[in-house]
Amino acid sequence: MNRRKFLKNAVLFVSAAGVFRHLLKDAAAKPTAGGYDPANHLYGMGIDIDKCIGCGLCIEACKKENNVPKEPFFCRTWVERYVIKRDGSVTVESIEAQKGKPRADEPDILRSFFVPKLCNQCANPPCVQVCPVGATFATEDGVVLVDSKRCIGCRYCIQACPYGARYLHPETRTADKCTFCYHRIVKGLLPACVEVCPTQARIFGDLKSMASRLVRFTRVNKIHVLKPHLNTEPKVYYADMDGEVR
Amino acid sequence: MRGMLRKIPEQIRRLSIVIAIIIVGVVTARYVILPSSLTDRRFHRESTAQREVAKNIVFAGATICGNCHGDQAGKKKDGFHKNVSCETCHGPAQAHIENPSTKPTAARGRDFCVFCHAYDPSRPTGFPQINPVLHNPIKACITCHNPHDPVPRETPRECSACHAQIASIKTVSPHALIGCTSCHSVPVKHKVTPRSVRPTKPETREFCGKCHGKESDRKDAPKIDLASHGERFLCWECHYPHRPERM
Repeated sequence: MNRRKFLKNAVLFVSAAGVFRHLLKDAAAKPTAGGYDPANHLYGMGIDIDKCIGCGLCIEACKKENNVPKEPFFCRTWVERYVIKRDGSVTVESIEAQKGKPRADEPDILRSFFVPKLCNQCANPPCVQVCPVGATFATEDGVVLVDSKRCIGCRYCIQACPYGARYLHPETRTADKCTFCYHRIVKGLLPACVEVCPTQARIFGDLKSMASRLVRFTRVNKIHVLKPHLNTEPKVYYADMDGEVR
Repeated sequence: MRGMLRKIPEQIRRLSIVIAIIIVGVVTARYVILPSSLTDRRFHRESTAQREVAKNIVFAGATICGNCHGDQAGKKKDGFHKNVSCETCHGPAQAHIENPSTKPTAARGRDFCVFCHAYDPSRPTGFPQINPVLHNPIKACITCHNPHDPVPRETPRECSACHAQIASIKTVSPHALIGCTSCHSVPVKHKVTPRSVRPTKPETREFCGKCHGKESDRKDAPKIDLASHGERFLCWECHYPHRPERM
């Protein structure tokens, strides 16, 4: 290659890169289809612990809606049963294995209740910080998503989540988690677990809206979040939460 | 300075010039020539969100069922199950909406209702619960209860509606057949403002003595001599009237 040819090619390459850059900029500016603008929304969920009856229908609905494996080990949402005995001991169990079986009245129970759990969609998510390939991220409307095409299945995020909300999907071998049923909420539907909850223990809504069920819920109840000392700023709000709930 | 440079071998000096050129070339390529949008994360994030949005909807939502099944929806909207979505019991229905010949499920046996209504000490008090072993075994729930408008088969009697714990303990006691109003007189206003207007309670030993005194003609009641039994204490300081100990 002589000097003239090299200079010619260099000029061509630089100008072609400029055109390419311009094209990409145009593509990035394109709004998402369907007239939905994520900038106008910020989603969250409220949990009314006193209303949860531990029926487990939310877990089942979530599995049907999101193709979560049937085994109790895998779940995007789950319900914990807390039993606090008179001697102060606390037992926590996932209700899935016990589903539908009647329970005896245990005489030494001091108090007992159910706590539904799911991804807290943290505003400051530890799972996003640790992902080595940038596969997980928070969307503008406040939902933490996993890019299953980028995820390398290293399980680092599963370890990092302080709420244990993630699992490795056995078929795709990538991390999977609650998305607030992102495909439903952008179309104005409720997440599947909220849809089927028979006692309205789960309240879903838009925090940016002046009047949404969730905003009203956070206004009229005493609200607590899980593990506030970790500064993850969860967007799942619990009403009437017992001090033993972790 | 110059002497120091001279001390560095010729080949090292030349090599470092080449390395410097390579570093400068890479840095310009990365930050000047390469468009910043090529390294922008927005693209893969947006495509992830779009892939997420494109997923199939399985549950159709609570409002759409009433469009065709108006009679059931109308029945349901005033009952205790008014906040229970159709799909809670009938399962996901989006496939049924797209093609009405695929039917959603309908729970008819005894095994579905108990998910919510079987007794569990962790359930909130006041939530209707039954013991599936004792509560009309074998019979399907829907033979007595209409799931679209469930009502308790028997309306609770006046006092036990609120004082269920007392009522249930009294049924297994020797006082089972004595009505609440034999001992308590209940002002009508107690039903409106239960805490400020309270029913009366017996105040004297002689009240219990009407049945349990030596002079009483009730044959089935254990008798005591009011004058010598219990000294200065009132009867209910030792005996619980809703479940007195058997003799």
